[in-house]
Amino acid sequence: MAIPVVYNLRSVRARWTSAIVAVLGIAGTVGVFVAMLSLARGFKATLVSSGSYDNAIIMRAGATSEMTGGVTIDTVKIVQDAPGIARGPEGPLVTPEVVLVAPIPMISTGTDANVQVRGVSKNVLEIRNKVKIVQGRMFTPGLDEVVVGKNANISYRGLTVGNTINLGNVRWKVVGVFDAGGSSFDSEIWADAHLLGPAYNRPDTFFQSITVHLASPDDFQKFKDALTTDPRLNVEVSREIEYYSKQSTRLTTLITVLGGLVAGIMAIGAVFGALNTMYSAVAERGREIATMRALGFSGPSVVFSFVIEALLIAFVGGLIGCLVVLPLNGLTTGAMNLQTFSHLAFAFKITPELLVKGIIFALVMGFIGGLLPAVRAARRPVAAALREL
Amino acid sequence: MRFSRFILANLFRKKIRLLLTIGSFAVALFLFTFLAVVKSAFSRGTDLAGADRLVVINRAGLINTIPLAYRDKILSIKGVKAVTHNNWFGGVYQDEKNFFPQFVIDPENQRQVMTEMAVPDDQWKVFENDRQGAIAGATLAKRFGWKVGDRIPIQNALYGPTKTWQFNLDGIYKNDHPGGDESQFWLHWKYFDESIPSVIKGLVGWYVVKLDSPDDAVRVAAAIDSDFANSSTETKTETESAFQAGFAKQLGNIEFLILTIGGVVFFTLLLVTGNTMAISVRERTGELAVLKAIGYPDRFVLFFVLSEALVIALFGGLIGLGLAVLAIPVVGAALNGLLPPLLLSVAVLSLGLAFAVFVGLASGLLPGIGAMRLRVVDALRRV
Repeated sequence: MAIPVVYNLRSVRARWTSAIVAVLGIAGTVGVFVAMLSLARGFKATLVSSGSYDNAIIMRAGATSEMTGGVTIDTVKIVQDAPGIARGPEGPLVTPEVVLVAPIPMISTGTDANVQVRGVSKNVLEIRNKVKIVQGRMFTPGLDEVVVGKNANISYRGLTVGNTINLGNVRWKVVGVFDAGGSSFDSEIWADAHLLGPAYNRPDTFFQSITVHLASPDDFQKFKDALTTDPRLNVEVSREIEYYSKQSTRLTTLITVLGGLVAGIMAIGAVFGALNTMYSAVAERGREIATMRALGFSGPSVVFSFVIEALLIAFVGGLIGCLVVLPLNGLTTGAMNLQTFSHLAFAFKITPELLVKGIIFALVMGFIGGLLPAVRAARRPVAAALREL
Repeated sequence: MRFSRFILANLFRKKIRLLLTIGSFAVALFLFTFLAVVKSAFSRGTDLAGADRLVVINRAGLINTIPLAYRDKILSIKGVKAVTHNNWFGGVYQDEKNFFPQFVIDPENQRQVMTEMAVPDDQWKVFENDRQGAIAGATLAKRFGWKVGDRIPIQNALYGPTKTWQFNLDGIYKNDHPGGDESQFWLHWKYFDESIPSVIKGLVGWYVVKLDSPDDAVRVAAAIDSDFANSSTETKTETESAFQAGFAKQLGNIEFLILTIGGVVFFTLLLVTGNTMAISVRERTGELAVLKAIGYPDRFVLFFVLSEALVIALFGGLIGLGLAVLAIPVVGAALNGLLPPLLLSVAVLSLGLAFAVFVGLASGLLPGIGAMRLRVVDALRRV
């Protein structure tokens, strides 16, 4: 016969101080666990969402990121004629891009951040079709005008519509703000590629990367094969989405390793706390347990009852931990991408799956913390326990 | 001590509880040390930056270059002792995951400016005369098992068509500052400059300027920037520590994150131990009353309770610090070059121990005062 759960509820209430300690220990651990993972996820999601499955990015072979690559106008011309590229009203959907970083002060600290500046083609909005102008207008090709991402707009000083900024040796007018759906483009500044290079004393025939929009995602292999087998080229072709997810690995590894370690150490501490609470619960209730055994409740049902009690405490702890960090969801923070050394705004991303993981983590801690004391409770000889006090 | 046996006997009354409480302390102290070490690794660059050094970069941003011709002009400014120039090489050794910073250096002046990065004289001589020579930091060399004399291929796509550059490891530098950076790879300016396309020859990434005295920093920085104002390449000069701090700030608010976690842990720990102490005092109400009844003064009762808490805190704290000493090198290896070396300092260890003692005393104080104030009659009646 099972011991009713009401018994556990009442006993938790009777020993609420130690229960609260265990609850807080578990809540803190789960909170740190979820927050760290959501930070890593948010960063990764920001970069992954920058890439599109039906876009391909072409860089010089061996380049680890756009920043370290270089392609010439000759390469661009060959790429434009490759099979599988979608065509718009103004020709093939190809954007040869100049990518660099410029120091612009952060509004939060007043110190310079390395903001990524991208020179793009005039039809870039057809190629990156998730990007929409939300304020002002697109830059006019051939004019010293820029559009800024929505995070760049609020994170860095002077990037408001109507303002002028210095990039290289040219003064640019900010004419619009674009929304790139929470991707890394939201932290960037876009200008006409043909003007951006010369502003930095670079020839306007030299680019860092080329991005193309494929007619269909299935054309990727055909497109890639055509370029990589072309003897005139020495390039690497990858799907845009794969390129961007690779860009996130260094910082995500750092956050995951550090966060995992911290949460792991805290978990051990929280299990100690739970064990302590449950052991004192068992010790203080020696007579009650013995009485129950004498009444005919079996050993396993005593074990079960105590484990349930520990799980109950852990569940509440896990729930509180999740609730406390939930407001972080969507909170935007900035960090430097350790691969491109450019500053990037991204948001904590707490998914239901992450919350479930947090609760499971809590329950595992509760189970470990409850099992040993429960077994001890069941093992004590009834007669000896009843005689005590 | 007269009462040590009494205190010990009380400590071991509940062995499991004693173990768990000591364990909680150990875990908390371990975590504290770990966080402190990570935090210091993040700010290391700023802390160790030379006060008598300036960094001169292109005003348009670090990725833009500056003419080599600026060197002599900078050198002629009063208060400048030496000038060296560096370029970012940005190559890949074997695999992209093996990231480490590679700098093109000016062999004639690097040692006069970066004085803390020490290379044995004989190794440096070989390097100076070997265009394909390279110098690696001690931790970097250890990471890949390099020895002086090894040939090191590094692939580069940044300067001209992608190709593999071959280097001879001529020397290994050690940083005189404990925990200072030993992860860089230095290559020869001449080899670099003669191998790159002609349009980018004669351009350096940044200058590092050594001053006669740190007091001149502001004046010299302003003098350099005004010298090149309105030229084709304007400069931005700041102290090395300001330059490093700018980098660290962009990494995000790691410090806040670490302090928050530390705060949560501290609070939880205080609760756990406080609660344990309270339970153990509560269980012994009768005994304490007996002690008082047979004539022990109130402050002795407080002393018993406090010393118990203190012994637990000290013991747990020492275990936690010991574990940290063992584990931190392993963690550092797992992070594999993502962070500057994790370095455990005596200051962190003693702060940790002070922290343990403080928590121990604080957790023992409430139950201890409660026990001190206990009225013997009430307590004895309760049993």
